[in-house]
Amino acid sequence: MQDRPTAAELVQAVHEFLERDVMGAVTGRVAFHTRVALNVLATVQRELELGEAQDAAQRARLVALLLREPDATDTTVDLERELATAIRNGSLRADQSEAAVEHIRATVHEKLEVANPKYLQQ
Amino acid sequence: MAVPDPDALTSALSRILPAPIVVTDLQRVTGGASRETWLFTATHRDGSEGLVLRRDPGKNNSQTERATEYNLLAAAGDAGVAVPQVRMLLQPEDNLGDGFIMDRVDGETIARKILRDEEFAAARPLMAAQCGTILAAVHRIAIDATTGLRIEGPEKQIHQWRAALDGFGEPHAAFELGLRWMSERIPMAIGATAVVHGDFRNGNFIVGPDGIRAILDWELAHLGDPIEDLGWLCVRAWRFGNVDQPVGGFGSIPQLLDAYEAAGGRRPTDDELRFWIAMGTIKWGVICMSQAFTHLSGAVRSVELAAIGRRVAENEWDLLKILDGEW
Repeated sequence: MQDRPTAAELVQAVHEFLERDVMGAVTGRVAFHTRVALNVLATVQRELELGEAQDAAQRARLVALLLREPDATDTTVDLERELATAIRNGSLRADQSEAAVEHIRATVHEKLEVANPKYLQQ
Repeated sequence: MAVPDPDALTSALSRILPAPIVVTDLQRVTGGASRETWLFTATHRDGSEGLVLRRDPGKNNSQTERATEYNLLAAAGDAGVAVPQVRMLLQPEDNLGDGFIMDRVDGETIARKILRDEEFAAARPLMAAQCGTILAAVHRIAIDATTGLRIEGPEKQIHQWRAALDGFGEPHAAFELGLRWMSERIPMAIGATAVVHGDFRNGNFIVGPDGIRAILDWELAHLGDPIEDLGWLCVRAWRFGNVDQPVGGFGSIPQLLDAYEAAGGRRPTDDELRFWIAMGTIKWGVICMSQAFTHLSGAVRSVELAAIGRRVAENEWDLLKILDGEW
């Protein structure tokens, strides 16, 4: 447990500082990198808001796909690695391939909801 | 970064220009840690001209990457490709490092400006067909003139990107899906080996109001399937948001292929083109990952490089669209 501000609120505060005070005071390369930093902070903020629910959804989809009970030590990334390996080896069962594609599409969608939601509107 | 010695440059230029020679306006363009590009003006007995020095600083080892690039540019010019005319290969006694001198071609190279600025409004509708015509000439470059280029066919590239993904140790199921899809569709055209430019896209073109004037950045050139260049040009990342213009954000696939075929190129099937767009999309994704890992490894700490790691999902999204039948 931590006191307010929450992590998301702290990131928001730094974002506002960069946008309001720093952007106007810098030019050229530093201004460009400040713009990049603002985008990074916005990504962190979205991850703090969405990350936990996304991870749970990804994990549930992967468990259904892999047809085994995960160990408590298996992270979602571990399960995703199993899927990636199965696709490379061609060991994914034919009746799973559609569900695998749907999981991959959903996962990439979730990554973009955090990293760059505008990209999904293209 | 040391500025090239103007006296050494003047002395080297005396082999191709009439004395007296004066070098002015020497300025470096763009990044590149090991490779330098310098613009300068050489004024001599008969007038003055804009020239470019491309070099790797340090020792001149005679048989080198820059010598390969010099020979390739000369061969490309002979095949009718719009490239800057090469003027001279540096020799060890020039004390200017390993490189060459070529003509300067005026125009814009920044992709976003070419796609947005009013100055290029008349050029944009011409560019897809120009790309087709130029690529047909690239793929006609005599292979014996290109000693030093490696063969990089589709199977080798699939293997290369799988190995690269393993090197990062981060699972990318979307890329694995694309690589499996490709491994089941190795194009039938293998065997029709040609010189492949390897980075033929907006950003490596010099563009004027009249369209594409010259093709730059031949350092990724190799031998392989010529359709690779057509596919790379259609990778969604190069559209900079103009998603309805599949060719570099400025044109249509029929414009590109019609001109390519009219200039003597073999028209690819949709499946072949899609194969190479998918390959290019994964290649760009791996390049983005390697930029993020350049930061993460500590080699170059940079917020810009770090941010690129989260853009890999854009390449995955693009790849899924290509696999899904979109252009």
